[in-house]
Amino acid sequence: MSTSLILLIILIVGLAAYFAGRARAMASSKGKLSVLHSLPGYHGVYVAIWAVLPAAFVLAIWLLASPFFVENSVRSALPESVHSQGSATTELMLGQVMQVANGLKLLNTEELAAVTSGSSNLRDALAAKGVPMANAGETYMVEAAQKYNSLKDGSRWVMSAVVLIIAIAGAVFAIRGISAPFRARNRVERVMLGALLLASSIAILTTVGIVGSMLSEAIRFFQSVSPSAFFFGTVWDPRFSAAGSGGTEGQFGLLPLLAGTLYIAFVAMLFAVPVGLFAAIYMAEYARPVVRGIAKPLLEILAGIPTIVYGFFALVTVGPFLRDISAQLNGLVTGNYVNFIQAQSVLTAGLVMGIMLIPFVSSLSDDIITQVPRSLRDGSLGLGATRSETIKRVILPAALPGIVGALLLTASRAVGETMIVVLAAGVAARMQLNPFEAMTTVTVKIVNQLTGDLEFNSPQTLVAFALGITLFAITLCLNIYALYIVRKYREQYE
Amino acid sequence: MNMMSEAAVEKALDQKMNTVPFKMIGKDVSVYYGEKRALFDVNLNVRENTVTALIGPSGCGKSTFLRTLNRMNDTIDSCRVTGKITLDEGDIYDPSIDVVELRARVGMVFQKPNPFPKSIYENVTYGPKIHGLARTKAELDQIVESSLQKAGLWNEVKDRLHESGTGLSGGQQQRLCIARAVAVSPEVILMDEPCSALDPIATAKVEELIHELRTNYTIVIVTHSMQQAARVSQRTAMFHLGNLVEENDTDKMFTNPDDQRTQDYIMGRFG
Ligand SMILES: Nc1ncnc2c1ncn2[C@@H]1O[C@H](COP(=O)(O)OP(=O)(O)OP(=O)(O)O)[C@@H](O)[C@H]1O
Ligand SMILES: [Mg+2]
Repeated sequence: MSTSLILLIILIVGLAAYFAGRARAMASSKGKLSVLHSLPGYHGVYVAIWAVLPAAFVLAIWLLASPFFVENSVRSALPESVHSQGSATTELMLGQVMQVANGLKLLNTEELAAVTSGSSNLRDALAAKGVPMANAGETYMVEAAQKYNSLKDGSRWVMSAVVLIIAIAGAVFAIRGISAPFRARNRVERVMLGALLLASSIAILTTVGIVGSMLSEAIRFFQSVSPSAFFFGTVWDPRFSAAGSGGTEGQFGLLPLLAGTLYIAFVAMLFAVPVGLFAAIYMAEYARPVVRGIAKPLLEILAGIPTIVYGFFALVTVGPFLRDISAQLNGLVTGNYVNFIQAQSVLTAGLVMGIMLIPFVSSLSDDIITQVPRSLRDGSLGLGATRSETIKRVILPAALPGIVGALLLTASRAVGETMIVVLAAGVAARMQLNPFEAMTTVTVKIVNQLTGDLEFNSPQTLVAFALGITLFAITLCLNIYALYIVRKYREQYE
Repeated sequence: MNMMSEAAVEKALDQKMNTVPFKMIGKDVSVYYGEKRALFDVNLNVRENTVTALIGPSGCGKSTFLRTLNRMNDTIDSCRVTGKITLDEGDIYDPSIDVVELRARVGMVFQKPNPFPKSIYENVTYGPKIHGLARTKAELDQIVESSLQKAGLWNEVKDRLHESGTGLSGGQQQRLCIARAVAVSPEVILMDEPCSALDPIATAKVEELIHELRTNYTIVIVTHSMQQAARVSQRTAMFHLGNLVEENDTDKMFTNPDDQRTQDYIMGRFG
């Protein structure tokens, strides 16, 4: 029986158990549902859980453990001549045996007989069925493969039987426990709670795992490059690391990358904050419901555009446009038609990233502005303040902490943004202040260091993890601080 | 004449109520929220330096009428007002009227205390600053002190003027809101259930305050408490289902009303 068939049968047993449990609960209520502690449905679910969960659990354990046991016993059955050649060879042969075992299943009885008796060549017979073999194969292999197959089949049969018995036994056990005062609801809810807990711990553990693996790689990096050279170095020149070249010393200064990252994020915020904030004020305070109903979703669509599209836009449209217009301007003023804005520049990347951030700023700020209680608005208007005075003097000050939080969240997005800067910012790692020149960011360098043919043990690639964990720390701090501010602001208007 | 006690003066004032001039006149006032009509041709006049109480069961349109008096209904998109309302003979719905100026003359205190999340001082100076009522810091200080005095809050907060207004107790917050309204020197003060969020002691203070403010201001107050209406007002108007049922001297209203519905409501038979 295949695993999916077993699962299907367990589920069918579970379904049957559900109805049986329900019927049993109904019967024990003797027509008066109110004497039941829990509704019949809960009894049904309770029985179904007993039928499905233990069986599924055993199934999972068995599926995980049985290959291990089967391989172990086949390995020990391999002839002494194989074992004497060391464990690497043993594993290799074991792999071959398993391959043969798979192949044998495809042969019909006559061919099988021919192969076992040695009258036909094992390799040719299997090759005819589309199973290639590395070497000619030896006689003991057929034997071992047959043993492997029979063990595997046996284990599968036993497993099917055991699992089914457990499913049915679970259901019977649960059904026998059902009575009117039985607290089925509480137990079902406890199982539900367990499931929720499991899901959230998976989410958390994954995060911990990611951080952990990044950390361990970063530590490997810091074994070859000192942390102070990384964090305070002003030159980024990792050199080329060809496989096996070894010993090429590069310079891994974080500062030029960090400067580029922050500079571009700053330029992006310079564009996004005023536009986004004004849009939010208009939406929250002035727009009539019809306009708001159309404009708000439109703005949010902007937030849904994949950033690679923005990157494209920067590369193909904005960059060349800025370059050409700067050449024209320069020509008009000095007569020398040389562009002073590079196609890939801080300005290009910042501008396009700013466009990407506008919807974040505006929709977060809009939420915060509309959270300011109406009574404050009325109070101000009732004193004879105009709308704009009310916004300037009451609403914005009241919303300010929340807006600052929203801006920090946006900034952390800007710092972590990758695709736009990869395409629009350039790869030159340098520290300078001219926004018309190319600069590069932490994310760009992570991409650079990890693309191509490389070994994962040179500092040239490991530095990506150090960069990643640095970026993670920065955005994490920004996010935590932003959430802290936003939460404090919420409490103010409980 | 000079020897007349304060109570006797008030008595005489109340007697002459019918001769007191009108401060605001509402003629055939109707209000619609979208398709729904909330007020039906209300004719109600507000007398100068008088406390007028608006009473009636919930949803009868008291707040709606009150808000037409300083055009606060303008802030509700779906709301439409017809009829005519005048303040000192000037039509307040005239297109040439500046609603900012109107609201400076007709101030408002809300049901829930709503001090701005600013300092007590800034709360009081908010209106004067907007309307340019003070040129120097000294003048502002003067306005703050006198407004808080009038609101009976000065002694409680004079040492903490620069602490946040939201840190005061509910009753203090409401008196701060009254001080804030008074600071603009309005002629009329509208109050929508100003005591509904307050305890009896704070309520008594606010009522006393209303009593004192009456000498300088014209006051319209919405209340659900019959006792409060009887205590603080000289005139009472009874609303029911968007109609003005009866408007009369408070004494007469509570002893011998003209309309059966008023009688029923005051006796607690409905509403
Ligand atoms: N913003 C609004 N939009 C739509 N309808 C409204 C609005 N405000 C009030 N109404 C309706 O107008 C009618 C009168 O409401 P109003 O608030 O004036 O009653 P009220 O007498 O003040 O009641 P309460 O004593 O409960 O405060 C009610 O039927 C109410 O549903
Ligand atoms: Mg009301």
